[in-house]
Amino acid sequence: MNDTINFLLAGVGGQGTILASDVLVNVGLAAGLAAKQAEIHGMSQRGGDVVSHVRWGKAIYSPLAGAGEVDVLLAFEKVEALRNLHYLRPGALVVINNETILPVTVTSSGQLYPDDAHVRAAATQVTSRVEFIEGAAIAGRLGNARVANVVLLGALSALLAREVLAPGLGPALAPALAAETWLAIIAQRVPAKYLALNQQAFQAGREAALQQVTSS
Amino acid sequence: MICMLSGNEAVARGAWEAGVAFASAYPGTPSTEILENFAHFPNVYAEWAPNEKVAVDAAVGAAYAGRRALTTMKHVGLNVAADALMYAAMTGIEGGLVIVSADDPAMHSSQNEQDNRNLARLARIPCLEPSDSQEAKDLTIAAYELSERFDTPVLLRMTTRVCHSSSAVELGERVDVPPRVDKFPRNPAKYVMVPANARKRHPAIEQRMLDVAAAAETFPFNRAEQGDRALGIITCGIAYQYAKEVFPSASILHLGMTWPLPERLIRGFAASVDRLIVLEELDPFIEEAVRLLGIPAEGKTIFPLCGEFDPRVVRECAVRAGLLPASAHIPLAACDPGPLPARPPVLCPGCPHRSAFYVLSKLKVPVNGDIGCYTLGLVPPLNAIHTTGCMGAGIGVAHGAAKAGSPEKHVAVIGDSTFFHTGIPALINVVYNQSPVVTIIMDNRITGMTGHQQNPGTGRTLQGQPAFAIELEPLVRDLGIKHVKTVPAFEVEEIETTLKQYLKLDEPAVLITREPCALLPEGRKRWLPLEVIAEKCNGCTLCFRIGCPAIMKSSELDERTQRPKALIDAAACTGCEVCAQICPRDAITFRPEEEA
Repeated sequence: MNDTINFLLAGVGGQGTILASDVLVNVGLAAGLAAKQAEIHGMSQRGGDVVSHVRWGKAIYSPLAGAGEVDVLLAFEKVEALRNLHYLRPGALVVINNETILPVTVTSSGQLYPDDAHVRAAATQVTSRVEFIEGAAIAGRLGNARVANVVLLGALSALLAREVLAPGLGPALAPALAAETWLAIIAQRVPAKYLALNQQAFQAGREAALQQVTSS
Repeated sequence: MICMLSGNEAVARGAWEAGVAFASAYPGTPSTEILENFAHFPNVYAEWAPNEKVAVDAAVGAAYAGRRALTTMKHVGLNVAADALMYAAMTGIEGGLVIVSADDPAMHSSQNEQDNRNLARLARIPCLEPSDSQEAKDLTIAAYELSERFDTPVLLRMTTRVCHSSSAVELGERVDVPPRVDKFPRNPAKYVMVPANARKRHPAIEQRMLDVAAAAETFPFNRAEQGDRALGIITCGIAYQYAKEVFPSASILHLGMTWPLPERLIRGFAASVDRLIVLEELDPFIEEAVRLLGIPAEGKTIFPLCGEFDPRVVRECAVRAGLLPASAHIPLAACDPGPLPARPPVLCPGCPHRSAFYVLSKLKVPVNGDIGCYTLGLVPPLNAIHTTGCMGAGIGVAHGAAKAGSPEKHVAVIGDSTFFHTGIPALINVVYNQSPVVTIIMDNRITGMTGHQQNPGTGRTLQGQPAFAIELEPLVRDLGIKHVKTVPAFEVEEIETTLKQYLKLDEPAVLITREPCALLPEGRKRWLPLEVIAEKCNGCTLCFRIGCPAIMKSSELDERTQRPKALIDAAACTGCEVCAQICPRDAITFRPEEEA
């Protein structure tokens, strides 16, 4: 849509998708946009898949975007990216954490987990703009696998700034794309003793994304 | 100040701003966070009650005493509390009483998707429905005003999408509301519902609803938004947001009060448009009422009766019904990701419920389950739950089956919190009428599924105060169960021996399996991953049958069997040792001696 950006965050319970979507919706609000977020929790805490919607725009009514209407997919896990491709509009931006979390149906019931080539091929059926980010590996190097969600937010912030999204919003979108806005919200949302780690994670995500797009 | 709040946070905030002094609830998705948030505000009392009926009675007591009171629950919780709802509707109150029902269209975590607006109509009380977080806060405050003005409990009906979506809310200040009575009322004609009094109250509450209906005509949250006359949409709750999204130019009648309905407002709106539709999730509740007024309206012939809406559902239905041009259709991108492995919710690694389900699946007995994380004992490869209906149902179902002559011994499985909720009367029935049901109380020291709420067995209250922790063993013994045994939940062999022994009895028996939930801090402290000794593993697959997400198939095959060996995900394993105990080749390490 001309004056709306629809995000979909998809992952597995325990990966921090809800914190990430909470940051994202508050970035929108802090930037002066209308913003809404919707998520489902409950059964998803028990290792199930988690999906959360975030929408920014001039005026936002529904907290959900429908199938075919999502502009940006941030997938915390590869199969969860594929599970939600039908939400994307053609040409959407897809950011995928290069992480495999095998569901119990694979480990004990013999269902198959697709390989990386299949993941990329399936995603590129919808859009040519697919970026894999080593969120888990980067977080691991920083010493805490749990900050992968903030690494991904960092990567997303850098990639969004390069997009032509919601031209109808004009300059109103600029504050929502500034790294400082994101870092300020992260500082409100994470415990003080983990703040420095989360700031590093965010920067590392930004750098990884920028390096990737400039080298490709 | 403007804040991003979920619908549940906004109800909590609204109750606090409205001067609510007392709240009682039983947790249930999607309602749980209302009380969790409310409990943190200053100068309030908030508690978890053992079940919703007790919570509503307690809130009624506070309201009779002249204090503003709140009670919250998921939709099926209001079934449990229906008796209390019905008498409170009859008596009315002194201080405002708001009952929040969080309905779950699409059944994200529920056994049905009943539409509780029907219960407001049944009880003769007003029903308010917010469509976003700001309205959730504003309507909560408005509900207290209505409650006191019309001497009635008010139902605030939420749905999952309103409870669990966040939008901007303008915060206000708390209004301190003094108690509306000095002393507890002695007014038996109003508060003692013996038949002679109740007969007088019934016409009074019918008149009350006529008065509320008159006020509904000017209720500020019932408003017509005049747009294009070709199409008029009457809508409420989250469906209002979808209507605004999908039909930006239509005329919309937004109803913040969905019972009783404002007849004049609806007639006027209907007369102002060429085609009238009603957009509402679940039942044709408004639609039927509008048609009873003799006004032609369409609703469920266009939009689904089952499940929840989203903008796409509404748009595509509207295109099919000719409400929108074919060009409004949004085609889906052509893509086929192929078959994807399902990711169902499962018992967590280190879940203390797993061992008993492993034993039950081995013993092949019929298992009557209940509501909680342990319902996941249903999932393959455990396949160890055969019925689940509602809170507290398992023991009663097992008893009935046993007494009616079901040829196998029945096992009922229930969690600690659910046992306190409605399991106790069912167990009394097992004792009183003597059925040889074996009840397993899976005591994980917390209310797990809804996200770790305290309960009468944990020794803490909602507001963090120490509490008396009710012990299950003496309680169960005092009910008259002669065979009671507690086994640490990770002791597979002892669980099996005990169950086999109990299944031979002709009397009721109770096995309590106990370990804290693996996700509790005291559970987490003990996490220590185990390892598979690859040389010993021959790929027999037995450990896969406990359905633990931490046990994976290795890429290494056993030379002789050509089957994949087991591999433990060190990041996921908690070291519960259930797999180590059942491995016939001792190929899985135990914790070091000092840890055990």
